[in-house]
Amino acid sequence: MLAKEIMTTEVITIHHSTTVKEARVLMNEKRIRHMPVLDEQKNVVGVFTEHDVFQAFDSNDDELYIMNKPVSLFMTTDVISAHPEEFVEDLASIFYESRIGMVPIIERGKLIGIITRSDLLYTLIQLTGAHQPSSIIQVKVENKSGKLAELAAIISQHNVNITSVLVYPGQYDHTKSLLFRVQTMNPGQIVLDMIDKGYEVLWPKVERNLFTNE
Amino acid sequence: MSNSAFVFSDQLLNYKFNASHPFNPLRLEMTIDLLKEIKAVNEASFIMPDKADDHLLSLFHDETYIDAVKKASQGLLSKEAAEPFGLGTEDTPIFEGMHEASAMIASATVKAADLVASGSYQHAINLGGGLHHGFRNKASGFCIYNDIAIAIKYLQEKHHMKVLYIDTDAHHGDGVQWGFYDDPSVSTFSIHETGRYLFPGTGYVHERGAGSGHGFTFNLPVDAFTEDDSWLNVFEKATKEITEFFKPDIIFSQHGVDSHYYDPLTHLNLTMNSYHKIPKIIHQLSHDYCNGKWIAVGGGGYDIWRVVPRAWSLVWLEMIEQDLPKEELPQSFIDKWSKRANVKIPKTWSDPDGIYPAIPRKQEITDVNEQTLQKLIHAIQLRTKFL
Repeated sequence: MLAKEIMTTEVITIHHSTTVKEARVLMNEKRIRHMPVLDEQKNVVGVFTEHDVFQAFDSNDDELYIMNKPVSLFMTTDVISAHPEEFVEDLASIFYESRIGMVPIIERGKLIGIITRSDLLYTLIQLTGAHQPSSIIQVKVENKSGKLAELAAIISQHNVNITSVLVYPGQYDHTKSLLFRVQTMNPGQIVLDMIDKGYEVLWPKVERNLFTNE
Repeated sequence: MSNSAFVFSDQLLNYKFNASHPFNPLRLEMTIDLLKEIKAVNEASFIMPDKADDHLLSLFHDETYIDAVKKASQGLLSKEAAEPFGLGTEDTPIFEGMHEASAMIASATVKAADLVASGSYQHAINLGGGLHHGFRNKASGFCIYNDIAIAIKYLQEKHHMKVLYIDTDAHHGDGVQWGFYDDPSVSTFSIHETGRYLFPGTGYVHERGAGSGHGFTFNLPVDAFTEDDSWLNVFEKATKEITEFFKPDIIFSQHGVDSHYYDPLTHLNLTMNSYHKIPKIIHQLSHDYCNGKWIAVGGGGYDIWRVVPRAWSLVWLEMIEQDLPKEELPQSFIDKWSKRANVKIPKTWSDPDGIYPAIPRKQEITDVNEQTLQKLIHAIQLRTKFL
């Protein structure tokens, strides 16, 4: 998944001459915590964040004085930005390592969107498939090729759609745990078929012969 | 005028996907048989649903979806065209006459709702209803038309009522919840096995509604392997708090009975104890808050032989305030169905002790459920405090 697919494109920005007071009012009204700061040519010259507001007030006891100063005095100028074609998973590492809350997305020098931690979290929710009605099947497999395909084939034989697949490292190197989210309320027969093919299904536990055939 | 209506017609038995599908109308047929055996219903006492009406369906569903179901019903919908509507899947396979069968269920639930709302009856039941997973434009989880959502829309439009929906199915009542998520005149409350382990995967305690409907959606997900005591404790406290908070005009309850230990699709450990008490709790609340206005429907329940007939019968017996004639089930009922069942038909209305091995995590599960209950109650208290 690419940055441009998950970014917010309607971005609230401010000019570097905006006062701290105006910026604070805007952040409060729009309930946002980070804003890209632009110059006359619409280049990103900084990022003004909630944290910068705190720091500004900590820098001087005269609040009124601070309120009327431009954000350019307090904004973060060492901006970490990203390109729209970057991978979301790489961005996630940047967020984690740099401990930042928002990344401006810049194409040919111009701001075209932003990605926040919330956007990333929502992407994670989508990746796990938890936003669609589904059941979970968790299978322990040997760490070798073809296992995922074999299991997916069993699910497909039941005409059941797979919403997502997660691969977790197993407790030991030679195993992996596969977690399927499948669009069915009744994963029982799929699980029985997996067991019949020799797989260890960790969840759900299914008993045989409980279904009626009437 | 008797005080409770039993809405039923043989046509409700046509909602059948195929022989091996867990949602088998035999569940309803057996329940009717059991109720007849103990003389709690008879043919003459059934109230027939009206002829199904597309207008009712469109109170909740998209026209394009209704059209797709109609086509599928006549075998005229291709696999590709069916897919976006959730039709032709293993959960909701296409069968001939599926539109008519599903529309009839919706009609029966609307009938039950109308009888109560108009004051003809104090309570009404449609055990063939309860298809809480149906979405506006998609079939899901064995449900085609969402009879509950349709009937609630009907109650709103025709009778302008504030409806409290209580869903005790083991699965989250997602179709109804999302249908009224931003509507402050409907409060939905679903208690179910946590979505961490079970379909549909939603129904977390933090799902509270949206927009002006925020604060009117309630979810109480219980841990897998929850037993009677913990389940009943959190259910009773939550329902009372919610009813007191919402002050509904009418209570609409869904009686999925798949939280029973025997149920093959879920992982909860309820016994018949809970199914004796759930209808009593709801019945009492309907008298305390809504002059007795109470509509009940069926729902899930996939241990056809051992659980559903007993549990559903108990809902009706509570409605008509009839005590069990005796603790044993009628021998004729046992004999008749034993020939077909692949498990032993129970002899008594209650389950004997020890139908499942002791749960080692019992205390932990009880604590988790109690914590979830506290979150739900806390949210109500915050709201009442600041309004």
